[in-house]
Amino acid sequence: MSLWSRIANAVRGERLNREIEEELQSHIEEAIASGRDPKEVQRAFGSALRAREVSHSVRAAEWLASLLADVRFGWRQLCRNKLTSLAAVLSLALGIGSCVAAFRLIDALLWRPLPISGSSRLYVLSRTLTGPEGRPIEDGYWATPDFKVMRDAVKDQADLIAISDADRTDITWSTDDDMEKAHVVYASGNMFPLFGLEPALGRLLAPVDDRSPGLAPYAVLSWDYWNHHFGRDPHVLGRSLHIGDQTFEIIGVGPRDFTGTENGTVTDIFLPLSMNSLATRDSVTWHRTFLMLKPGVNPATALEPLRQHLSSVSRAFELDCSTCSRGMTPATIDRYLNKTLVFNPAGAGISDLQKDYRRLLGVLGLLVALVLLIACVNVANMMTAQAAARGQEMALRISIGAGRRRLVQLILCQSALLALLASVLGAFFAAWAAPFVLSLVNPPDNPARLALPADWRVLLFGFGLIILVVLLLGLLPALRASAVRPVAALKGGEDPHSPRRLMRGAIALQVAFCCLVLLLSSLFVASFQRLQNRPLGFSTDRLLLLETVAGKGQLPVVWSQTAEALRAVPGIDSVTISGWPLLGRIMINSDISINGAPPSPTPSWFLSVSPGWLSTMRIPLVSGRDFRPQDTSPGVAIVNETFAKTFFPGQDPIGRTFERGANEPINKIVGVTPDAPYRQLRDPIRPVFYVPLNEIDDKSAPKAVAFATFTIHTDTENTLTLADSLRRFIAQRHNGLRVSNVTTQRDLVRDQTIRERLLAMLAAFFAAVALLLAGIGLYAVLNYSVLQRRREIGIRMAIGSTRAGIVRIVTFDVFLMIVLGGCTGVVLGLGAARYVASLFYQVKPTDADMIALPTCAILLTALVATLPAVLRALRTDPTEILRAE
Amino acid sequence: MAKTDALQGSLDLLVLKILSRRPRLHGYAIMAAIANTSGEVLRAEEGSLYPALYRMEEAGWIRAEWIKKDTGRRARIYELTAAGKKQLGAEESRWQSVTLAINRVLREA
Repeated sequence: MSLWSRIANAVRGERLNREIEEELQSHIEEAIASGRDPKEVQRAFGSALRAREVSHSVRAAEWLASLLADVRFGWRQLCRNKLTSLAAVLSLALGIGSCVAAFRLIDALLWRPLPISGSSRLYVLSRTLTGPEGRPIEDGYWATPDFKVMRDAVKDQADLIAISDADRTDITWSTDDDMEKAHVVYASGNMFPLFGLEPALGRLLAPVDDRSPGLAPYAVLSWDYWNHHFGRDPHVLGRSLHIGDQTFEIIGVGPRDFTGTENGTVTDIFLPLSMNSLATRDSVTWHRTFLMLKPGVNPATALEPLRQHLSSVSRAFELDCSTCSRGMTPATIDRYLNKTLVFNPAGAGISDLQKDYRRLLGVLGLLVALVLLIACVNVANMMTAQAAARGQEMALRISIGAGRRRLVQLILCQSALLALLASVLGAFFAAWAAPFVLSLVNPPDNPARLALPADWRVLLFGFGLIILVVLLLGLLPALRASAVRPVAALKGGEDPHSPRRLMRGAIALQVAFCCLVLLLSSLFVASFQRLQNRPLGFSTDRLLLLETVAGKGQLPVVWSQTAEALRAVPGIDSVTISGWPLLGRIMINSDISINGAPPSPTPSWFLSVSPGWLSTMRIPLVSGRDFRPQDTSPGVAIVNETFAKTFFPGQDPIGRTFERGANEPINKIVGVTPDAPYRQLRDPIRPVFYVPLNEIDDKSAPKAVAFATFTIHTDTENTLTLADSLRRFIAQRHNGLRVSNVTTQRDLVRDQTIRERLLAMLAAFFAAVALLLAGIGLYAVLNYSVLQRRREIGIRMAIGSTRAGIVRIVTFDVFLMIVLGGCTGVVLGLGAARYVASLFYQVKPTDADMIALPTCAILLTALVATLPAVLRALRTDPTEILRAE
Repeated sequence: MAKTDALQGSLDLLVLKILSRRPRLHGYAIMAAIANTSGEVLRAEEGSLYPALYRMEEAGWIRAEWIKKDTGRRARIYELTAAGKKQLGAEESRWQSVTLAINRVLREA
């Protein structure tokens, strides 16, 4: 209570002083009225000022009052230099906002624990092995029977949980409805209980649902899906949903925060593991395996024995498994069996998005931290200049008895004011920027979704950042100012160079950071450009892709009849069919054996296509012919040039044959096409062969096709306008075909560069900001230095220094600093680039143009930034300066 | 914190005692009362009276209030709180024991 009133009194300091004054006056009046001598009364009080000081200090919290006074003074200082203060606040706001936004993204994707109990005891199992190309690869997927033996082997110390990745699956709510896409996850029944999750409605999946394959047709909706799809309707329980020919009954809704273990994807529907037909297959690895230590088991001692035990159990399973290595060469089997099981902490979830964007976010974090540092250096420079200009004031304060602590407090107050103003703006910026950047990670049919809560983690980070900024900004000028020696300063003879030395060091630092940012961003921008301008080998123009499914499959003739019908639709130029699109998510490889020899070590990708598909895609033929309607697979094939070079080096491939594995039917090569990327733009070109869509079995009967993609060339540029009508058109034919997904070839190509585009965009943005800030900083320092040295310049001019000489003394040391900083920056950049080399495409940090670009940009900025100060120096009028002295 | 006065301990006691007998006095009246009742022997300095009043107010022993005087000026008057009454009791017994002790020393020595 008492402290509170003292704090309150400190805040209303002026009024308090008036009250004390009024009471003392009233006292004096009384005294005079009772006949005392006015002079004597005044004397009795002593110095009125002192009386008030003492009374004030009793009634108000002194430290707070002085703090308030400093804040007020700091505010006045900021207001005095409105333009510089505004620039400082804006640049700091950008720096702080970017840092907080980057933190929110990094935290949400990589660090934030899943909203489950025991997330710190959760690990994910994967295996490292040597990949087909001799490089080590990590395989995180497991076969369910393997998972089951491992689960039973360690059940005393840990629980194993099987969870599949969220797969975008076609679902229908009643048989006649349109198909929708939902993210479906298959999970073992122990997932919900082990994660300590409670249903929001109904019940969750339980271990009992794992008992036997296909006997638990139950589905649990995620809270998010229930919310946006059903408006939290409690009557959703008991409804059924269909996936393929399976029907599931909704039995419950998951807890509010839990969106699955795959960061970046929000799971819509959880299904029991046992309901997936893959769950009985020994050789199909399709889900992740998590391990949760039992409570009380010490991870430091228990993990390694567990790992070895699981490793031997899994190896025994694979040795036993007859189907696992069918058709493999002994070398491949060796490679396949020789792998190491590893545990990785999975308390923050596990996803491909993490894998793909970890490095990118690291780079983003580095860029924003550098920009914040550059901004801080700028503002610290500005404050140093102001502090130097206030050297006399500081000296005066010290000589009339201000403590040095109080002086440091004065300057820290000012920097805290700046930082607080900036962080308010920065908070708005971060609130907008984090979701904005996330929204750019947007493959059209599978945009990344992350919860970005502004909770205590973000607040804590923000507070830490503000404190850091305050110290960075204020500490140096504060220490400098408090080290003022009053005698020297009041005489006007303090070393005028010392603040400049500090500021020059800051310039070098700034240029180094700026150079680092520029070098990295030019590498990223160049990578993106090269990737985007990579020749495709096919056209993306006006190509609409209808990814279509047909339940258990329809004969090829049904597919070609549908294609024929589509050709009649107005606005459509040509319609052909492929098994799946190029650069889509599907890729399937096949062994190649020539003349009955064992399969070669290099597999080949393949794609089944209908006649005319190559010309619709504008893929020319180098030699040979396209497929004809009567061609079948196996029978004929068209290969790309890399295939020809790999398997028939130096020969004409036309007319030669190959088999897809030993003892398989032969395929005769009828045509050769140029190379085109198949799966990823970044991949090197691999051997690819095309086969006819008409597949026949060993009795020459046609095989049903379960899914394929209509590749449609349209007349209009905006191909997606046709999507809905074509979807309905196909559904109305009632021949079992349903459109499952609509996209364009251009979007698929665009998807390939999302990460590179994002990185290039952010890097270019931060490079521009860094350059701008460095330019402003350079301008301010040089301008200040010219102002400070006006006297010296005037004298030099008066005694006959040439203009070139003046320019040299003004700019020489600054350019020295720029060169020094630039070299440091390039060296730092080369080091940083090594760490992120996986993000580059066909660029090396040591390429001459990659280094030249940032250097030129820095030099150009330096020239522009120094010009005004140089001109000011040259315009110095010696007579005026000397007269003023 | 301001320097404490030599008379401080007894000044608090005097002010509290005066206010316990005659509530609602302003600063000058308190000073005058101390002078009068002590037969002009004890004098509270203005320079230490007001800081002492404010300190006791912060401590919650006395409570202040602004009133309008006949002259039109405002005056700040003080009165004892419950805590002040307790404090007065404590100060009085402390004073008694101290003076008793001092007297004893004076007699024996």
